[in-house]
Amino acid sequence: MKDILQELEDRRAAARLGGGQRRIDAQHAKGKLTARERIELLLDEGSFEEFDMFVRHRCTDFGMEQDRPAGDGVVTGWGTINGRQVYVFSQDFTVFGGSLSETHAQKICKIMDMAVQNGAPVIGINDSGGARIQEGVASLAGYAEVFQRNIMASGVVPQISLIMGPCAGGAVYSPAMTDFIFMVKDTSYMFVTGPDVVKTVTNEVVTAEELGGASTHTKKSSVADGAFENDVELLAETRRLFDFLPLNNRGKPPVRPFYDDPARIEPSLDTLVPENPNQPYDMKELILKVADEGDFFEIQKDHAGNIITGFIRLEGQTVGVVANQPMVLAGCLDIDASRKAARFVRFCDAFEIPILTFVDVPGFLPGTEQEYRGIIKHGAKLLFAYGEATVPKVTVMTRKTYGGAYVVMSSKHLRGDFSYAWPSAEVAVMGAKGAVEILYRSELGDPAKIAARVKDYEDRFANPFVAAERGFIDEVIMPHSTRRRVCRAFASLRHKKLSNPWKKHDNIPL
Amino acid sequence: MFDKILIANRGEIACRVIKTARRLGIRTVAVFSDADRGALHVKMADEAVHIGPPPAAQSYIVIDKIMDAIRRTGAQAVHPGYGFLSERRDFAAALEAEGVVFIGPPSSAIEAMGDKITSKKLAAEAGVSTVPGFMGLIEDADHAVRIASEIGYPVMIKASAGGGGKGMRIAWNDSEAREGFQSSRNEAAASFGDDRIFIEKFVTQPRHIEIQVLADKHGNCVYLHERECSLQRRNQKVIEEAPSPFLDAATRKAMGEQACALARAVGYTSAGTVEFIVDGSRNFYFLEMNTRLQVEHPVTELITGIDLVEQMIRVAAGEPLPFRQEDLTINGWALESRLYAEDPYRNFLPSTGRLTRYRPPAEGPTPRGGIVRNDTGVTEGGEISMYYDPMIAKLCTWGPDRAAAIEEMRLALDTFEVEGIGHNLPFVAAVMDHPRFVAGAMTTAFIAEEYPDGFQGATLPEPMLRRVAAAAAAMNRVAEIRRTRISGTMDNHQRRVGDDWVVTAGGHDYVVRIAADRDGATVAFADGTALRVASDWTPGQPLARLMVDGAPLVMKVAKISHGFRVRLRGADLKVHVRTPRQAALAKLMLEKAPPDTSKFLLCPMPGLLVRLAVEVGQEVQEGQALATVEAMKMENILKAERRAVVKAIRAQPGASLRVDDVIMEFE
Repeated sequence: MKDILQELEDRRAAARLGGGQRRIDAQHAKGKLTARERIELLLDEGSFEEFDMFVRHRCTDFGMEQDRPAGDGVVTGWGTINGRQVYVFSQDFTVFGGSLSETHAQKICKIMDMAVQNGAPVIGINDSGGARIQEGVASLAGYAEVFQRNIMASGVVPQISLIMGPCAGGAVYSPAMTDFIFMVKDTSYMFVTGPDVVKTVTNEVVTAEELGGASTHTKKSSVADGAFENDVELLAETRRLFDFLPLNNRGKPPVRPFYDDPARIEPSLDTLVPENPNQPYDMKELILKVADEGDFFEIQKDHAGNIITGFIRLEGQTVGVVANQPMVLAGCLDIDASRKAARFVRFCDAFEIPILTFVDVPGFLPGTEQEYRGIIKHGAKLLFAYGEATVPKVTVMTRKTYGGAYVVMSSKHLRGDFSYAWPSAEVAVMGAKGAVEILYRSELGDPAKIAARVKDYEDRFANPFVAAERGFIDEVIMPHSTRRRVCRAFASLRHKKLSNPWKKHDNIPL
Repeated sequence: MFDKILIANRGEIACRVIKTARRLGIRTVAVFSDADRGALHVKMADEAVHIGPPPAAQSYIVIDKIMDAIRRTGAQAVHPGYGFLSERRDFAAALEAEGVVFIGPPSSAIEAMGDKITSKKLAAEAGVSTVPGFMGLIEDADHAVRIASEIGYPVMIKASAGGGGKGMRIAWNDSEAREGFQSSRNEAAASFGDDRIFIEKFVTQPRHIEIQVLADKHGNCVYLHERECSLQRRNQKVIEEAPSPFLDAATRKAMGEQACALARAVGYTSAGTVEFIVDGSRNFYFLEMNTRLQVEHPVTELITGIDLVEQMIRVAAGEPLPFRQEDLTINGWALESRLYAEDPYRNFLPSTGRLTRYRPPAEGPTPRGGIVRNDTGVTEGGEISMYYDPMIAKLCTWGPDRAAAIEEMRLALDTFEVEGIGHNLPFVAAVMDHPRFVAGAMTTAFIAEEYPDGFQGATLPEPMLRRVAAAAAAMNRVAEIRRTRISGTMDNHQRRVGDDWVVTAGGHDYVVRIAADRDGATVAFADGTALRVASDWTPGQPLARLMVDGAPLVMKVAKISHGFRVRLRGADLKVHVRTPRQAALAKLMLEKAPPDTSKFLLCPMPGLLVRLAVEVGQEVQEGQALATVEAMKMENILKAERRAVVKAIRAQPGASLRVDDVIMEFE
């Protein structure tokens, strides 16, 4: 019996060594952790339960039958993050460069199936050279199996992808369909075709980092939702994000004890909006001062800075925040901002996370560049996302809220539950100057007359009261009591029930 | 006594005067510019009068506008504060003409002391010690030696036309004087074509020490001892204290009596300050007299118990001083730190903008028997505007002795939260721990000598790091336990937070074990020592107040991955608290070199890029203008720090930039 137990220990030890000490050292030399070390940092200490440690590939071509390491380049299983269940797979770059074989894919599919069945999120750690070439089409089929499961799991359990090494070719489409992608700066990259192919096909010379590094994907392409300095920081921050997310679409977002007064008054918010309507201010200050303990997990911080998206807690409960940022492009809506916010709103709605919207929007960004690229369809995404969302929606207008952008930004008309406005809010079809130039075209030659008209328009319409008279704004509130008002609004919506008509699925303008 | 006074000033000093006036039952009138519409002094005053646009030259120092405000409100007297109109003879005269009382000296005294040469002459006539020197022409080396020995060594031999150190010599004896005269004269002739030379006393180890005087209209004049203001940066006072750690009773008395003699000589009334320069042998020499309330007057109030503003008002109302010189003793020690909106990490560049957080320490008696006082004119959410002095607050502490006052200041600074703009609080805090300051051995060159390369943040001594590590470990435990109390956990399989941690701070790894109980936690270190930590801190609080082994520890904390960013005592550091396994894995992470920014022109402040002055491929010289960034309507010209060639332009005019955004790249 003792020998049998020893046999298990020996096999385990061999499996844990993955591709061997030499390759582990090489991984460390690059500042990267191994697949198992990453799981250790991601999950609660000692909580990991492994599946399929002894799975080996079945390939016999190219001499592969000579080398059949246990685990086949991916570590899979489940564990807990602060006591809540999560499924995880972690590709092992020390084994065949983390390449995906048929059996490697089967391991991933197994835990994904369990995650959907058992209602727990999936976190995938990607560190792979790509398909296992030796397996040919079997490897491709493996990717397809994973993709199909990503699709089926979407909107059922949260899926998070951590890119912690290479992720190239078809492999990118699995993370691409998950809810969030995070990357490690300097040691991870994602692209459909690598620099060599790019050079051959287009003659374009580009480095892997420029083509698909963390900076590229968080700033330019918006493929990734965030980037962190190193493996340790990325895994710690993923734990932090996980604490905001519900386990599945059947449950409520998590609640945890909070040390912040829901009625906390912030007198400084009374001076947040500058007297000069053209002077920007930092909307993040409002978010941080409203949030429990000033804790804000921002999504896509480095992309489309004219809109802010991320998670906060109010009275311990997760709330998604969408806010125009007057510091960037005056907070207007453009294609990037609309797409960024629309995807975030739909994530929140899919997982029953209430949405708080702060509005200071002068309108959509004008110009040929935007029109040619289809701002009409992209802007419609945000409109569609807000309109279809059935979660509690609370909106606070701080300053400008003009025209179509007013409607889009979670207005009362899109089934917004609470529409609050600060006294500085201006709900109007457009800014005073633009309106006067259309209404009084004949007087344009007379600056004095126009100035008087502008003043008159501002006095009558540059305030929240015209909209409040019609009930489009439920209440004009003091800026300093925003936290209290918003907390109470969401508290009153805890049992909100709203459903959309039956449909196979909608046809959002993609 | 007056029924209503007007304060012709703004900011903290206006608030300061209003407080005393209110206590005396006098109604107050504030004046304000467009930039100060919502300012604290406007809210505090009983009435407020708008006097024009933000620039002081169009509002606060326009005499007609102040006079108009006086007429409209019927104020009987005016307190000018400091700066602005406080030392303007014509303002005092305009008030006199209108029959309104100026809460300050007579205009004749302002005039007499307003001119440097006249005031020095008057001082010498009144028997006040002035810097000895010979202003006449020196004929030859023998003459120079004779004069030098009359003045007393060391002396400075200077070319009349001199500048930039040329034609300047310091002589410590006769032969050096002879030699110095010759070489100075030769150099002066060669450099300036003018060989006139003069000699004056060279003040070694100079300290700035000033005497507070108070005189009434009945011929009484007293001195309220001294203030030492040697801690200056480019002639701007940063830290002041009273009394001076350098003066003895005899010198104090001599300086005080000479100051009073000068005040009497010019018919001075109200509060005034006679500034002296004091050398390493306690010789003191008159510099100038400030005919107003000084910025740093609170330290005098703290050691004498006298409200100087009250006395100014009473004197102005014709009351005699209620005390005599022998009643005025020195009680304990007081310090003042001037908090400026100047970023110490960016060579003290002024920083303007919104105070997103402003929480000064509680004023009044402290648990240790000290006193905290904070004179301020701003509130959280207020704006530090570019139009006025960038002072945020004057933080004062009092203790029974200097060491106690310093300790109170350290804690008060650690407790003081100012966010949103750059400010010198970390720098002042670092000075409080500087051995030379603690020893009281400053001179006016202290900052230049001790921080020759600017300020990069303080380094905490190891015992302090250990205290911070213990505190962070205990705080982290609270935060981690809270994280396990989230809803949706697996029944019976909750996470258990362990007791063993590795705290990494300031280059040290502390292996600790925490034993928590109802009243706090005992943090045991691997070397067998332990620290007891008690605190009511809860996650999310930006200020952690703890007791570590019975002594207070206050730090500003912000959550980072696996730990906290901690700020205290002028240091700003990351403190990581990890399990032993996490710590071992974190050790595998590569240290990344910070990006080399010397090849870039970075935007120093948020603003709009108005124009570029150079193009790609152009060679630029040190100091050459590169770009203009408009921030808060001010055009800031960014200049080249060294010779370089422009490689690429990364931002175009019209772009709105954030701090550290790249504008251009150099080869």
